[in-house]
Amino acid sequence: MIDEIQKRILEEVADLHTVPEGAYNIRANSKMAARNTTANIDIISKDDGSGIDIKIKPGTKNESVHIPVVLSQSGLKEVVYNDFYIGEDADVVIVAGCGIHNCGVQDSEHDGIHRFYVGKNAKVKYVEKHYGEGDGTGKRILNPGTEVYMEENSSMEMEMVQIKGVDSTVRDTKAELAAGARLVVRERLMTHGDQNAVSNYVVELNGEGASADVVSRSVARDTSYQKFDSRIVGNAPCSGHTECDAIIMDKARILAVPQLEANDLDSALIHEAAIGKIAGDQIIKLMTLGLTEAEAEEQIINGFLK
Amino acid sequence: MLELKNISFDVADDKGQKEIIKNLSLTIDDHKFVVITGPNGGGKSTLAKLIAGIEKPTSGSIILNGEDITDKSITERAKMGISFAFQQPVRFKGIRVLDLLRIAAGKNLSVADACQYLSEVGLCARDYVKREVNASLSGGELKRIEIATVLARSTQLSVFDEPEAGIDLWSFQSLIKVFERMRKITNGSIMIISHQERILDIADEIVVIANGTISKQGPKDEILPELLGTASAVNSCDRLEKGGSQE
Repeated sequence: MIDEIQKRILEEVADLHTVPEGAYNIRANSKMAARNTTANIDIISKDDGSGIDIKIKPGTKNESVHIPVVLSQSGLKEVVYNDFYIGEDADVVIVAGCGIHNCGVQDSEHDGIHRFYVGKNAKVKYVEKHYGEGDGTGKRILNPGTEVYMEENSSMEMEMVQIKGVDSTVRDTKAELAAGARLVVRERLMTHGDQNAVSNYVVELNGEGASADVVSRSVARDTSYQKFDSRIVGNAPCSGHTECDAIIMDKARILAVPQLEANDLDSALIHEAAIGKIAGDQIIKLMTLGLTEAEAEEQIINGFLK
Repeated sequence: MLELKNISFDVADDKGQKEIIKNLSLTIDDHKFVVITGPNGGGKSTLAKLIAGIEKPTSGSIILNGEDITDKSITERAKMGISFAFQQPVRFKGIRVLDLLRIAAGKNLSVADACQYLSEVGLCARDYVKREVNASLSGGELKRIEIATVLARSTQLSVFDEPEAGIDLWSFQSLIKVFERMRKITNGSIMIISHQERILDIADEIVVIANGTISKQGPKDEILPELLGTASAVNSCDRLEKGGSQE
């Protein structure tokens, strides 16, 4: 059963106020709390109990899958494997997300490994949100691993958001794209306190006309640390772009490592990285509109991470 | 009514202290349209920043409606009714024109209301209201949005720092109409720093600032003839003024 704390976390990570429409699998404190399948989308527990397989039939259109995870018991540590098989010509939205509520002294950790097998011409929008809360001294740790295998002319848009409350995170994302496939990643991250967030991407463009656009916008506050390491590899005539745009505040530290590797004469690859503090004249401008300095800062950050 | 009393402003430079504003006193009466002009480097922009609270005077006092606001912050002054349009408008990644107008108005403006302000400054509202105030906007567009934020505040005193700076002549020609209209409809007082003859021409009062002090001050009819032909009252390109086409 889902309690009040878990309900609130579900709202944070998956915008769920009630049971979602379509297929879903809600995991709470390492157990399945609710599941629904549809005629086109099947969710099956793996035999060894290590996770689930989500099978989306070819040609499935305008359906969604929600697979949120909630941890509200202190001291839980789990590794979960979720595999998505997206059939040819499907067009679906997948919403994942993990929220941890830790009031205890022990660390809580969820390591979700998501593998996507995207069929030819299929279109996927994937949204993943991370959220942590609770005033215990135990750490809230999330280490998501994502692997994406894209067949010809498929497309995938990934939105990765981690705005609050996660003490430590190492995100590893790998993608392999066949001819004509397109991958778009939009990562938004805010760290505060003494949080640590590392995000690594390796995108291999293996077929002619494959393209990738990996963009991160982040804000690092207090004494937190962020590392963004994004590598785009062009193995065919392809195009790739990666960008990191970060606001640094207080005593935070940020390392941006955009990398390009061209193994084909016709691979066109671009990287950009910028780190800077909030411009003084931005704050002054908003203060002349009647905001306090703190309100101005909040508006600037909210806009930047929107 | 805004009163500046014996304002001085010093900055430290290589040779020690440099006086930017020297013992300057000025009154902006209610419902007046005052244009400040004078040579570059004379202290005009500094004066505007002192009024908005972005800089603090070394000595002297600033009085708004009888209340001493010399030590008030930018935010407090904004709330008391002072608006300030920057010479170089600021860009914000992710903040939309609508968001900025809502912050300026201090309320959750409807899209229709926001569009009204954009139309006033000559922007097709539908195209702009959802756009981000970022580097994709041109200098002229940013200036118009900057002016729209001041309109949305509709405060007692609006200060504009060189609205003509950084935009092309063509864009400025249509911006002048915005000020002409503002002059007609506003309830508050307007202070514009400008060298443009057509802006000076709609002033109630002209103040010339040079070397940190007021060198001339008086009604438009009295001051403008003295300034014509000098750098303090530049005329726009005649051909453009007459709407002539390029040859």
